[in-house]
Amino acid sequence: MVTVLLPGPLRAETGGEGRLTVAATGTLRAVLDELATAWPRLARRIRDERGELRRYVNVYVDGEDCRHVGGLDAAVADGTEVQVLPSVAGG
Amino acid sequence: MATLLAIGTGKGLFLATSPDRRDWAVSGPHFPMTGVYAVAVDKRPDRPRLLAGMTSSHFGPSVATSGDLGDSWQEPEQAPVAFPAETGASLGRVWQLTPAGPDQPDVVWAGTEPSALFRSEDGGRSFSLVRALWDHPHRERWGAGFGGQAVHSVLPHPSDPARMAVAMSTGGVYRTEDAGASWAPGNTGIRAYFLPDEWPEFGQCVHKIARDAGRPDRLYAQNHHGVYRSDDDGRSWTSIAAGLPSDFGFPIVAHPSRPGTVYAFPLTADAERFPVDRRCRVYRSADAGESWEPLTAGLPEGPFYPSVLRDAMCADDHDPAGVYFGTRSGEVYVSADDGDSWSQVAAHLPDVLCVRAVEV
Repeated sequence: MVTVLLPGPLRAETGGEGRLTVAATGTLRAVLDELATAWPRLARRIRDERGELRRYVNVYVDGEDCRHVGGLDAAVADGTEVQVLPSVAGG
Repeated sequence: MATLLAIGTGKGLFLATSPDRRDWAVSGPHFPMTGVYAVAVDKRPDRPRLLAGMTSSHFGPSVATSGDLGDSWQEPEQAPVAFPAETGASLGRVWQLTPAGPDQPDVVWAGTEPSALFRSEDGGRSFSLVRALWDHPHRERWGAGFGGQAVHSVLPHPSDPARMAVAMSTGGVYRTEDAGASWAPGNTGIRAYFLPDEWPEFGQCVHKIARDAGRPDRLYAQNHHGVYRSDDDGRSWTSIAAGLPSDFGFPIVAHPSRPGTVYAFPLTADAERFPVDRRCRVYRSADAGESWEPLTAGLPEGPFYPSVLRDAMCADDHDPAGVYFGTRSGEVYVSADDGDSWSQVAAHLPDVLCVRAVEV
């Protein structure tokens, strides 16, 4: 199982839940794909319709920015913690 | 009768209501920290339906609807506006939401960035891409201005559902006469001073177009330098800028019921985007642009620097009509007498991106 941690602004999409558990492992893409099945409105806040991470959303895989460890192909093993955080942006 | 004024800003949607268009109660922001570039009030249902197109800089764009004048909002689980996978495109933002005519009560159009038109047949809950415009051979040469590349104006024909005009920056005006199955540019007479060929078939930076109240084939355009009128449903255009202090600006609004009456908010120039003479002045023409008069009663008298963006001016459907505009400095003004006199609705809001007002 993989734990997905959500920031406050996205918890409106999960009924206030900030910690989700998904069964998918292998890649970050697989984790987000499963998330999209269960929580489609949450998932489209994180990725666009092409399946790409939104520019100002950061996803950490066991504390590593996924963009530095393979992006959506980042390896995700059983027990991994995936954390979604908005980046520092906006005015 | 009461009035609802929807104010889309850079940090959310504000709703203002008034029993008399003098005293206003402002609520919001709805969708805080999102840029609300598009808002519509669809009066075809028994109770007006609000539509808002908002974009979070972090979490992307979406469209929400409200059937209770903004007390509650519904946003579909699946993205209401999204590009099909085979396009390889992703939605930047929704720039325009336009209900179709009363003969198509559930049809709503969305103009988007990147430049595309979407059609909804369920009142704005889900949209599908209008492929013929997306597949237009000109598309690869439509460019992006500073605000992005977008279809920002959508004008269904009031009596012929097969006809429609859209405008995009850059690209210009495109028209269909077969319900969107094919599209042709309609930019003859509109100058593109920033191109080597100043009179191209397409590529113009049209900022906004509006349709005359009494003559459906009469359109007005505020261009990136140039103010124009078309008397042939957007096929060709002639300048109506001679009576204005500048031909630069963003919005252009047709009076909702008085033929030939149109409003603009001129800025000095592309390179000097302040109101002309640093004065807050709306210009009105009562003769389809042949002559213009400044409207200043009740507007700020001192130096005035904010601009008015392309969708930040509108008219309501009262008689006499209300005219509204909002500024990049977060002020909103109303005239309840066709523009003769003005008062302030709100101040100190975030930058105003769009306004829409209706009698409710």
